[in-house]
Amino acid sequence: MSQTTYAFTPDELADVERIKARYPHHQSAVMPVLWMAQDKFGHVDADVQRLVAATLDLPESHVHGVATFYTQYFKEKQGRYVLDVCTCLSCHIGGGYEMLHYLEEKLGIQEGETTPDGKFTVKGVECLGACGYAPMMQITNDVFVNHLTTDKLDQVIESLKKDELPAFEPIPLVQNRA
Amino acid sequence: MSVDWKSYTPQLIPNIPDLHKISVYEANGGYAQYRKVLAEQTTWTPEAVTTEVKNSGLRGRGGAGFNTGLKWSFMPKPDGGPRYIAANGDESEPGTFKDRTIFEFNPHSFIEGALIAAYAMRITAVYVYIRGEYRSWIRMMEAAIADAYKAGHIGSNIHGSGFSTDMYVHSGAGAYICGEESSLMESLEGKRGYPRVKPPFPAQKGLWGRPTTINNIESLANVPLILQIGAQAYANIGAKNHPGPLLYGISGHVNKPGVYEFPSGMSIETLIHDVCGGMRNGKKLKAVIPGGSSTPPLRADQISGVTMDSDSLRTAGSMLGTAGMVVMDEDTDMVDVLWRISHFYHHESCGQCTPCREGTGWLEKTLHKIKRGDGEMRDLDLLLDLCTQMEGRTICALADAAAWPVRYTVTRFREDFEARCKSTIYALA
Repeated sequence: MSQTTYAFTPDELADVERIKARYPHHQSAVMPVLWMAQDKFGHVDADVQRLVAATLDLPESHVHGVATFYTQYFKEKQGRYVLDVCTCLSCHIGGGYEMLHYLEEKLGIQEGETTPDGKFTVKGVECLGACGYAPMMQITNDVFVNHLTTDKLDQVIESLKKDELPAFEPIPLVQNRA
Repeated sequence: MSVDWKSYTPQLIPNIPDLHKISVYEANGGYAQYRKVLAEQTTWTPEAVTTEVKNSGLRGRGGAGFNTGLKWSFMPKPDGGPRYIAANGDESEPGTFKDRTIFEFNPHSFIEGALIAAYAMRITAVYVYIRGEYRSWIRMMEAAIADAYKAGHIGSNIHGSGFSTDMYVHSGAGAYICGEESSLMESLEGKRGYPRVKPPFPAQKGLWGRPTTINNIESLANVPLILQIGAQAYANIGAKNHPGPLLYGISGHVNKPGVYEFPSGMSIETLIHDVCGGMRNGKKLKAVIPGGSSTPPLRADQISGVTMDSDSLRTAGSMLGTAGMVVMDEDTDMVDVLWRISHFYHHESCGQCTPCREGTGWLEKTLHKIKRGDGEMRDLDLLLDLCTQMEGRTICALADAAAWPVRYTVTRFREDFEARCKSTIYALA
């Protein structure tokens, strides 16, 4: 048995109360609080799930059920940067798998694995809703990187090695905005 | 029908710099319709607003295409208890990426529309469910809603009208099924996103057992426009039975993919060859998926004269869905594309119903077998048989959404599949 070493600060617990107040039932806070926990600890493994359950006074089984239903919750520790390469329909026909395989080769790992230095995890994922800007990827559930090429991937990896996240790319609206 | 698309001025995502800022939105007439309704409640009774939206002919932009105002009218009379809107910004159907432009460029049009809807249905709280992957856009929506609270558009006794409502963002966490309305409600209640058996319908028993209406983000963003120009003028925009401006999300092998706003009923050929600058690298068109991955694909020889509205697409043998159009050129391997679509639905099946949980797996496995060259002719019959076993036999429509592309890709591109299959020889024992 592992010892729970995770805890929320009083400020974070105040945030939890604010989240709970948005809903008529405190059970609804489970998803936002799992997000909060993942942002803080980097994952929501069994111990973090226990913390969330205790914080919200919910059965551990319930929190575990929710955490395992949704793919964006990391049930185990990930690399510092999780590179989710979209390989679904529009990205697929736009070269999504080529981008995924390029990353696998470049980082020397297979899809789903983490580099030995713990820096990068690479995944092939389902549609991320950026179909017109394919192929694309998302970095650790956050920044979208559109119009991927191998050169662009090289640049992104170099900047992430220096812990520099790519800047937000506004949606390229082409209509009447050329 | 022809639409003068070149001179069309976008209404939902107009070309106004910094429109996402509440000051700019208000300077351009924003929140005026909401204020008008609140100020003239004897004229604009909740029923009158609902009727106006119903008469505009606005149909839900999330895929099902149900009349939005009619849906509102299903809400029971207020009994003093809480009532909810769940605004559906889950947007996870492959090929669909339109609502994100509203979050980024015109969030207040959605907020204003949702508030007018809240007034019309006497809603006590609006939950804006946005897929977890859209984190950057969740932050934008949270900021926009906070600004709307500060401006007094949301809260209690709004602008002294006696009307009160709240609005909150709820982030998903990576589950396509949560775009299904009852799954979305389960998710909002803090559970695994298993769709509910209907009836009871959400208007009777929705979030936390209370009356609830689920509307798509784009549908609600249309509401201020309806009140501004009037139901009749709105009904005259675009296609007769599916009116209004539409966000077309076009991806795939075209020169200028992206989200475009035009009236409904744009010709598919115009969208591909003119709006999107034609096929990439001068290739020939092979197939078009008109409205997200679940809508049946059309062969290049099936799109002549077909327009993006429910009537025209039904006649052509497909559906408008989310108007997320995927364009594929002559080099596209349809077996590979269909395998990838089936992989998606298999991954996203929630696992509640056996025909879907097992069927999506069988579809993917069988297609993978054909893709790697081990398929036999009888596998094509097996695929179609599986579709029959799945369609209409599950709690929600995910099984149908998984079956339709298989059924229609296999039948409409049969030669591509046959070319990859060995003939089936039955040995006599």
